[in-house]
Amino acid sequence: MTDRASLFDYLLRLGDDSLILGQRLTEWCGHAPALEIDLSLANLGLDLIGQATLLLNLAGEVEAKGRDGDKLAFHRDVLQFRNCLLVEQPNGDFAQTIARQFLFSTFQLAQFEALTGSSDPRIAEITAKAVKEVRYHAELAADWVVRLGDGTDESRSRMIDGLDWFWRFVGELFEMDAIETALVAEGVAVDRAALRAGFDARVEAVLARASLPSPVYPRGIKGGRVGHHSEHLGHLLAQMQYLPRAYPDAVW
Amino acid sequence: MASLATLDDAAADAIMAVLAGVPDPEIPVVSVVDLGIVRGVRANPAAVLLTPTYTGCPATLAIEASVRIALDLAGFDAVPIETVLSPPWSTDWISDEGRRRLLDYGIAPPPKGEGSRSLRGEDLVACPRCASTDTVEVSRFGSTPCKALWRCRGCLEPFDRFKCH
Repeated sequence: MTDRASLFDYLLRLGDDSLILGQRLTEWCGHAPALEIDLSLANLGLDLIGQATLLLNLAGEVEAKGRDGDKLAFHRDVLQFRNCLLVEQPNGDFAQTIARQFLFSTFQLAQFEALTGSSDPRIAEITAKAVKEVRYHAELAADWVVRLGDGTDESRSRMIDGLDWFWRFVGELFEMDAIETALVAEGVAVDRAALRAGFDARVEAVLARASLPSPVYPRGIKGGRVGHHSEHLGHLLAQMQYLPRAYPDAVW
Repeated sequence: MASLATLDDAAADAIMAVLAGVPDPEIPVVSVVDLGIVRGVRANPAAVLLTPTYTGCPATLAIEASVRIALDLAGFDAVPIETVLSPPWSTDWISDEGRRRLLDYGIAPPPKGEGSRSLRGEDLVACPRCASTDTVEVSRFGSTPCKALWRCRGCLEPFDRFKCH
């Protein structure tokens, strides 16, 4: 029998990853280097916020305390968020945004592909729907890594810097703990650690195509899964949550 | 009107006929039935089953609202709408009629199944204006989540392509 609190926590981890990165991407709206990629980043953000809606609504159902996806998105504070540190980092320049997207979407694709076989039919159903979209995200980001990496000296050096910066947040994506280990044993969750080899192979293949060096491995940083976030998440939430907190009954 | 907790065949057919007249809010030449957004009508307990195209599609709520209005106006106000995610929506569910209408509207319809691929394994996309397959993708994401932006090298015009999904 799945422990309700563990499943709730796991769904927050999945849903918050999507929510926070979706919110970050919306900051590019109207500011991307060209119209096409502006549309693309906005569409990616939209897909991610769509995933978050489904996952957080389900989290609310599992918790059974009357909170829905909106309540969970807009009425929790930093310490209650369970997203990884990678997704909450500021966008930086365009190459940094692409580096973050490439690393996250490559990871999320592997994770969601595996979750389509979850023993929880609700998780299987949501990820089967979302995985078709994430495949597009991963391809788009990989194409841009190649384009920037194999482009001008300027784009290449920025791409290298972007990957070097974000590489320190990669380890956390594959980190397991007692909560997830128990859920993996029941077939509900996916063993993150087991996804690492496939991720590394995929990243290496794209970097080779982009004639980019492998990032230097800095000391990894983690803590997001237990609510220990960087200073940046609070600022993001202040902006994202302002309206529903100031006007709690506002509707469209 | 009699209780609509369950539906007979005639009522279910009538509901489908009503829904066939509900246009998609973004691409109004096709109906929500042609796009495969209506998964069907369940007889017992009565419900209209809808599925979203993309998880984040902002038109989802507008579609549900227009279906609700159409049902209410046709006297089916007691029939609830349910959203189903599984099996996930696929462009294979777009009807032949829907594909024809998309093409007439200037949107290249998605290939059905594994058909129409070039030797390199890529989709051959015909320009909806001049039918040339000398076309190139400009942007994978277009004006809506379900469309990509393409350009024809034959007639030099840009066009939308419904993404295979």
